[in-house]
Amino acid sequence: MQKNIICVSCPMGCGITVELNDNGEVASVTGNTCKRGDAYARTECTNPVRSLATTVKVKGGIHNVVPCKSAGPIPKAKMMECMSEIAKAEAKAPVALGDVLIENILGTGINIVATNHCPAK
Amino acid sequence: MNYDVAVIGAGVIGSLIARELSRYNIKIALVEKCSDMAMGTSKANSAIVHAGFDAKPGTLKAKLNVKGTELMPELCKTLFVPFKPVGSLVVAFSDEEMATIKELLERGVKNGVPGLEIYDQAKLREEEPAISEEAKGALWAPSAGIVCPYELTIAAAENAVMNGVEFIRNFEVKEIDFNGGEFTVSNGETEFSAKYVINAAGVFCDEIAALIGDNSIHTVPRKGEYMLCDKSIGYLAKHTIFQCPSKMGKGILVTPTVDGNLLLGPSAIDIDDKTDVATSADTLSDILEIAKKSVPCLNTREVITSFAGLRAHCDRDDFIIEPSEKNEQFINVAGIESPGLSSAPAIAVYVKDMLLEKLEAEEKADFIPSRKEPVRFRHMSNEERKALIEKNPAYGRIICRCETITEGEILDAIHAPAGARDVDGVKRRTRAGMGRCQGGFCGSKVVEILARELGVELNEITKCGGGSKILYERTK
Amino acid sequence: MLNYDIVVIGGGPAGMAAALKAKECGVDSILILERAETLGGILEQCIHTGFGLHYFGEELSGPEYADRFIQLVNEKKIEYKTDTMALQITESNIVYAVNKEDGLLEIQAKAVILAMGCRERPRGALNIAGTRASGVMSAGTAQKYVNIDGYMPGKKVVILGSGDIGLIMARRMTLEGAEVKVVCELMPYSSGLTRNIVQCLDDFGIPLRLSCTVVEIHGKDRVEGVTIANVDEKLRPIKGTEQYIECDTLLLSVGLIPENELTREVGIELDPVTKGAIVDEFRETSHKGVFACGNVLHVHDLVDYVTLESQTAGEGAARYVLGKKDAHEYITTKGVNGVRYIVPQKVNLKNEDDVKLYFRVGQTYKNAKIVVKYNGEEIISRKRPRLAPGEMENVVIKNDMLKGFAADGVIEISVEA
Repeated sequence: MQKNIICVSCPMGCGITVELNDNGEVASVTGNTCKRGDAYARTECTNPVRSLATTVKVKGGIHNVVPCKSAGPIPKAKMMECMSEIAKAEAKAPVALGDVLIENILGTGINIVATNHCPAK
Repeated sequence: MNYDVAVIGAGVIGSLIARELSRYNIKIALVEKCSDMAMGTSKANSAIVHAGFDAKPGTLKAKLNVKGTELMPELCKTLFVPFKPVGSLVVAFSDEEMATIKELLERGVKNGVPGLEIYDQAKLREEEPAISEEAKGALWAPSAGIVCPYELTIAAAENAVMNGVEFIRNFEVKEIDFNGGEFTVSNGETEFSAKYVINAAGVFCDEIAALIGDNSIHTVPRKGEYMLCDKSIGYLAKHTIFQCPSKMGKGILVTPTVDGNLLLGPSAIDIDDKTDVATSADTLSDILEIAKKSVPCLNTREVITSFAGLRAHCDRDDFIIEPSEKNEQFINVAGIESPGLSSAPAIAVYVKDMLLEKLEAEEKADFIPSRKEPVRFRHMSNEERKALIEKNPAYGRIICRCETITEGEILDAIHAPAGARDVDGVKRRTRAGMGRCQGGFCGSKVVEILARELGVELNEITKCGGGSKILYERTK
Repeated sequence: MLNYDIVVIGGGPAGMAAALKAKECGVDSILILERAETLGGILEQCIHTGFGLHYFGEELSGPEYADRFIQLVNEKKIEYKTDTMALQITESNIVYAVNKEDGLLEIQAKAVILAMGCRERPRGALNIAGTRASGVMSAGTAQKYVNIDGYMPGKKVVILGSGDIGLIMARRMTLEGAEVKVVCELMPYSSGLTRNIVQCLDDFGIPLRLSCTVVEIHGKDRVEGVTIANVDEKLRPIKGTEQYIECDTLLLSVGLIPENELTREVGIELDPVTKGAIVDEFRETSHKGVFACGNVLHVHDLVDYVTLESQTAGEGAARYVLGKKDAHEYITTKGVNGVRYIVPQKVNLKNEDDVKLYFRVGQTYKNAKIVVKYNGEEIISRKRPRLAPGEMENVVIKNDMLKGFAADGVIEISVEA
């Protein structure tokens, strides 16, 4: 089977063709212009992942929320579930950039970290 | 509550009537169904003070237009409302139209319009360099001007409130009962009483009159769409440029505004729905085409916004300003279409005189004719700015970048008598959000300031009252 | 009157990078004026990741990218004033600004760096018919409400414009529980980055309709729906293709306009295509000692390029202040045949370095060639597998090549399919 995907590793957006064998394993990757494209294409066909950026509620901060991201990519299929998990969390001001807000979210091994500072009000 | 007079409708007419009456020691309510004054016809019109040559001699329109136009400059000065005596031109494109403008001149002379003059092509081009080469001549009316109609309304209402008038907003009059001596006015939930009612409800005048069984008024909302262009092409019209009038009105005009923008419009289409102020792509493109007949170099690139307003057209071809045939204590001020804005100062005096024949009232010694002069940071010199910020640092924080509006001005607008309660209210009072970015940057800051000053959550702030909320619940 | 060598107007990525570079080049007296409460500019609300791949070699969120520069600005002790709005630049490079604490500031600068960024085109510019109900806002305004204030601006959303902010907000609103019904794009292609179409729309099954626009807005108080329609090749709506879509919010992502009010007022010459100043290779404008960089100069798709360009401007301003004035002999650059614009618009032949010309194409191309000509003669030709209006391109003119050019020459860049 052949799969056409667009690489999102960088803004180039290369069109990549992945050849899959009958077991669903990657047989070949073509069209990529760098190594990251190859890696992306392989993961995208077997276990697609995305990085997630959103906000976490803050108590006593200058803003209601502080931005955060997954410190590494998480399974694409778990994105909405992670959003629900993040919605339950509440950080206490002051929050510093890099603070771990949720550890090992949904057992993915990935932390949710603050991507900005939120001083106390 | 008991009032001597209830004015229904806080448009330019109702607000100026309320102010005029507030010179006397009577209790007055100014009742408005929306969250603010100037929410109907008064906020969306050509903003022209007409010289007064259009109306048939002998009509109320003719009489009150000329008188109103005469009163306007002084009134605006007193209330710190922008007014510019730019004069107007009715442009003729054919020999036939040259004859029409001569007729207009004669009619104007009969109406008592000062200074009318016919310009030939050369003089017209000299006065208005961007005018079409097809234009053969024009009727010049030096007494015409431009005014900010919603600011006039707001200023009048503010000043009325300063003089004791009670401004009752968000009160939609649904029932009016008469017990032989006074009226009970109700919105279905709360009520108040008034000895006299003045019906200044604009396009809704017929419905308000019908509440006392007066079915003599037939209002047809006549929609007018407009396009507002960026200040960068404001120079294209130095005066208000009309084309020759038709049965539906004065046609498409091209005019500067008091803020230096260029305004094109209005269309004139009779509609059924009195709340329909939607614009349509076809009409807007028609407007541009017709406006280009006057000023050929116009284009859509400089349009920053478009809007529509409704004129309260009545089938009786004149203003209706008289006690209702059903009840002497109920005065209709209906059919106030163009030249309603120009006539407004005279209408207010006319209605006051009418009422004083019925109602005993003494003139107050302590009437305050003016309001507090609004701060206009953008028009100040750097020295004035410096002194102002030293006195109040809130004027040192710019909220609207396009129009250079400070936080101090927004605070003033909110805390003024009958002050702003929503984003559009702030916008009309200060111009925050009226510039090129149309509130893209400052909109959220204005919401923040309103929420803070009114002590509510961000998502309780609306664009213009009612269900016009801006934000839903917290994300989390 | 205050005195600074360099006044930088705008404390976003452009202003900070320019100030830092100027400092590195030996100028100590620098002041950054920022109108928001914090440094960082629009990056503060761009919480998605994807910033910094070129410049830092890692994927950062907007606030993280900004924070690296904010840290440096603090470390290098560069002065800045936040909540401060520049009102005017005079002929003699006096900058007037206001804030609550200092009141009216009058600052004499030797050099000024314009880094005010850009703003979104509003609805009015599009002349969409219909009501003026609440619920129509620019995608950037919605982004601020969601990411900074933590409020939802709507639940059922239609987005007009497939620029990057529109795409990013389609995902953001979806993640926060809103239903994004469709993204409409007037042009036959998206002006956003391909990866954003994949990650923001395809991932969530949000339809992208090309050659389609919103023709009418419905709803009295709050938006209740919009009518969309396909457009013909002249971008006019096609009668009969109208479709009503129920929604409570219309987000507009229909282009960005450099914020050049101050620039215009001081009489600096602007490029009608970029809507930014006309500059030389150090990003100096037609007004001596005034430089421009970042989105106020031309709208960039990647902040990394903003940083690089601003460093160039910072270096230029430092050279100007330190009196390293080259002799001036300019050639002009010109985009032709598919190339919409080139920055810089002029290049000094006496320059000692290579010069990178940035440009944008007007439509998408596959396997096309970029051709650079000097006075009609081909000097460089580069193959490009893919060219798109949303992605800025560049070519380098080597200094030895530059040395061979004569004053008043013209460099043209074109696309050959």
